Amino acid sequence: MSEGLISSRQQEVIEEFELFDDWMDKYEHLIELGKDIPAIQPHRKTDDHLIKGCQSKVWLAADETDSGAVEFTADSDAIITKGLVGLMVRVLSGADARAIAEADLHFLDAIGLHQHLSPTRSNGLASMVKQMRLYAAALAARQS
Amino acid sequence: MMMASFNLPERIRQDFPILQRKVHGKDLVYLDNAASAQKPLAVIEGQREYLSNYHANIHRGAHHLAQLATEAFEGARGKIATHIGAAHTEEVVFTGGSTDAINLVAQAWGRANLTSDDTVLVTRMEHHANIVPWQMVCAEKGAKLVPVNVLEDGTLDLDDYASCLEQHQPKMVGFVHASNTLGTINPVAEMCAQAKAAGALTLVDGSQALPHLNIDVQAIDCDFYVATAHKAYGPTGLGFLYGKKSHLESMPPWRGGGEMIESVSFEGTTFNGLPHKFEAGTPHISGGIAFGIALDWMNGVGTENISHHETRLVEHAHAALGTLKGLQIIGTAPHKVGVVSLVVDGLHPYDLGTLLDGQGMAVRTGHHCTEPLMQHLGLESGTLRMSFAAYTTREEIDRAVIALDRAINMLR
Repeated sequence: MSEGLISSRQQEVIEEFELFDDWMDKYEHLIELGKDIPAIQPHRKTDDHLIKGCQSKVWLAADETDSGAVEFTADSDAIITKGLVGLMVRVLSGADARAIAEADLHFLDAIGLHQHLSPTRSNGLASMVKQMRLYAAALAARQS
Repeated sequence: MMMASFNLPERIRQDFPILQRKVHGKDLVYLDNAASAQKPLAVIEGQREYLSNYHANIHRGAHHLAQLATEAFEGARGKIATHIGAAHTEEVVFTGGSTDAINLVAQAWGRANLTSDDTVLVTRMEHHANIVPWQMVCAEKGAKLVPVNVLEDGTLDLDDYASCLEQHQPKMVGFVHASNTLGTINPVAEMCAQAKAAGALTLVDGSQALPHLNIDVQAIDCDFYVATAHKAYGPTGLGFLYGKKSHLESMPPWRGGGEMIESVSFEGTTFNGLPHKFEAGTPHISGGIAFGIALDWMNGVGTENISHHETRLVEHAHAALGTLKGLQIIGTAPHKVGVVSLVVDGLHPYDLGTLLDGQGMAVRTGHHCTEPLMQHLGLESGTLRMSFAAYTTREEIDRAVIALDRAINMLR
């Protein structure tokens, strides 16, 4: 069911971005999204939660909910990275640990922002996705 | 021969096929030349001509192709030697680039000469390539690595330089000819003279100087000079080390293998003479040949014309960028190569760079491999850097300023 949650959320994001033909409009939307991100609590914005990219920094915290799902909060020092981080959180947060660990994340490709996951960008996003999956996989292993 | 510099891009842009392409549907504006310059047709064709017509391994083989390839490769060495004013062609050693050349000196000279009593002096504006190799050999030998201060305007603190020379009595001093992040041109001849008077050897990192300035290693009177081909319109994966003959002769080889030997036996091996003693293995033959062609191209255009043109571009960029609110130029030294670093109040360089990319502009953001400099200047997220080449136009800079203004408005 949770797997369905992730894919329906990805579909939602894809449809939302279909409204923008122009590259810059897409980025304008991303910048707006960055402002609505479920922000990490200030006291958790520490080196323990820091994912250091070469270009921008990302902070990520993960919590297990009562129902055994994973909730993510995050932040970045760059607005565009923050928008991308926000999209990732929106798609994954609240899903089951196993579903997150195994999720087929294709929405960045579909909305034409996959280049931000490339290692040459070094914005911390690719490492963040890895961290999200690692946390979820570890939690899923404990739950089973 | 000086010619009106505004004509320069007009005359040479057709030499660069890549400048015709579009990025995200917009005309490419390539302002990342300090990272790597684009290649003129002569270089592209020259490499192709070698690969399709006379490729063979060099310095061996009695056959015709081997002879042609060797002549072309050694001819390129001669072109480099002439271009930088070396006294002897064998003072030019082919390397994989500037980084490789500095590692060669740090390892071959440093391991033989540094002890725990010694100091290596560098500056806070060095690229990581002129810090880390020294750090590694200093750690191994227990030697000290000391940095010279940089002033707020991006010039080197020459008072601090003088007092570091006196206080630390370094055995080796390494510094950039021109800073890749700030554009600052250092007074290298004066600095070498001071170092020499203090009994130190000097290594000048000319990576950013070679594409922009006339270089005369004998006038500079440095002991070592390094540069890379790809920033000077040549291929990647190739550069050179210039070293005064007496130093190169007394230095032990670094990498072992073929090419660098005179004779090999299990009882003992004798090494080849200069410069081959430092060139183990088959070199980047096509790269060397193409680099020679790139230097021919630059000399055809005239290095002084390129220099003059880029100075005008920097002045124009400084003035045009000054109109944007909250923008600060990082590095305002009176003598600069075609590099303009900047920050905008409250905005992350990565965001600005991404939004410029969307408008077809290639710039570099981040710390530009000069993390200690960024820390020193308190610029944790780095800068956005525009860097120019012979083919850069004023119109391109104007377009970049408009694009930057748009990006700033989107992010605010």
